[in-house]
Amino acid sequence: MSFGPHLLLACLEGLVTAAVLSLTALGLSLVFGVMRIVNVAHGEFFMLGAVLAWWAASLAGGDPVIGFLLALVISPLIVGAIALLSERLVLRRLHYNPEATIVATIGLLYILQQAALSLYGPEARPVPAPFNVRIVLPWFGYSGYKLFVIAASASLLVATWLVLTRTRIGLVMRATQYDRETAQAFGIPVDRVYGGVFALGAMLAAVAAVLIVPIQQAHYLMGRDPLLLSFIVVIIGGLGSLRGTLIAALLIGLSDGVISMFFSPTLAKMIATLAVALVLVFRPQGLFGTAQR
Amino acid sequence: MSDALTITGLDCFYGEVQVLREFALDLRRGEVLCLLGRNGAGKTTALKAIMGLVPAHAGSIKLGDVELTDLPAYQVPKAGVAYVPQGRRLFSEMTVAENLDIGLMTRGKGAATREAVLELFPVLRERLKQRSGTLSGGEQQMLAMARALCVEPDVLLLDEPTEGLMPSMIARIRETVARLRERGVSTILVEQRVDAVLPVADRVAFIENGRNREIVDVQRLRDDPHLVRRYVGVG
Repeated sequence: MSFGPHLLLACLEGLVTAAVLSLTALGLSLVFGVMRIVNVAHGEFFMLGAVLAWWAASLAGGDPVIGFLLALVISPLIVGAIALLSERLVLRRLHYNPEATIVATIGLLYILQQAALSLYGPEARPVPAPFNVRIVLPWFGYSGYKLFVIAASASLLVATWLVLTRTRIGLVMRATQYDRETAQAFGIPVDRVYGGVFALGAMLAAVAAVLIVPIQQAHYLMGRDPLLLSFIVVIIGGLGSLRGTLIAALLIGLSDGVISMFFSPTLAKMIATLAVALVLVFRPQGLFGTAQR
Repeated sequence: MSDALTITGLDCFYGEVQVLREFALDLRRGEVLCLLGRNGAGKTTALKAIMGLVPAHAGSIKLGDVELTDLPAYQVPKAGVAYVPQGRRLFSEMTVAENLDIGLMTRGKGAATREAVLELFPVLRERLKQRSGTLSGGEQQMLAMARALCVEPDVLLLDEPTEGLMPSMIARIRETVARLRERGVSTILVEQRVDAVLPVADRVAFIENGRNREIVDVQRLRDDPHLVRRYVGVG
């Protein structure tokens, strides 16, 4: 294959990574931005999403379309409920103290990981894609499902953006993000908003996992890479900035796809980590971050 | 006049430090009551305690018959108290319209309330789509008051609304407070400067070391400048 088609293939692979990463990172960014909490367990919500997708697909008795649709509904709901329970039982009792919640979410990470190991096992298990269509281009054929992942992620991101910018819930979330005390002084139940945002962040990670699991397989340790990459995206994009998260996810995803294909995946991770270091030194608030009260 | 708000025996702490000590106050219906005192006297804490933003360790804050200390902070504005914080505390990344929407949501008020508020502050109508952080200082203060008035409050708490404003803007703020009094809104106004208080207040409470030392009619304050010197340190 010549360079041009090779680059196109790398970019398509990068776009798939960027699509899933932007959903996962958006969840982390919302929690980070609104609640000022570094959720170290975010990758485990992603992992739970994938494991529950396998379970939901197995309930469907082998029909990949029904299994996928079932996973798309059940998995985010269960992960959201677990996140809400964690928020009520742990984070709220710590009064959302930034240092204490880091330690608490590290604990949550291990609890969820070990629970998955105990209940699901150490094997990597495949989930069938809902359809197997191959798009034939003049230079190579490409998975129709991967293009669907890009389109579905883009639609979800647009929907999230519309919720945040055009609805009453979005207004309430943004007010809480900008100034918690003033939000309360205008009748906003900040604790409830926190619960909702933590659940929403986890659900976005779970949806991303359901979308990617037909490509990657579900495994109880699969939460580590999404967590690292999501932190990279959130730091580069800026705390709580939807636009920053999307642009950073696109940059990291595309560079990961291209560098992994032409050089090596390790080099892609090294460059992403270097980019984070440079952003932290020269623009600590991120490319699109703003000063917070 | 009956009381719109009654505070008795209020104790509040920041950590280990006691900021309000057996603080007591009565706000009559439709009056403008000013809290005067030095920096750190406890004026802002008193307002925050009314809003539930600083917990009451002991004592009572009653809005009519409703005990506010029993309510979570987010229900205090729904009961009819609106707050204009010191330094305005606008949602500066949001537009003027969105800031007003936050106020309107508080008690489920709609377009009629918004129109009435914009009639009080017509300059805001031209800036509805502008990001509030880009407004001038005076416009930001108007927006902070407009946002609070969107709550349609029975009691309005204003924390140093004239701070850092030009004299013409200070006059506008006073004029607005006077118009609100005509509409029956009871107002607690925190100020450090006596000259900002005299033209608009009905009574003045002198706050010192977390206590309300004395409440006087504004006419007595005009007649006896020593009172001000005693509590605030300037005449």
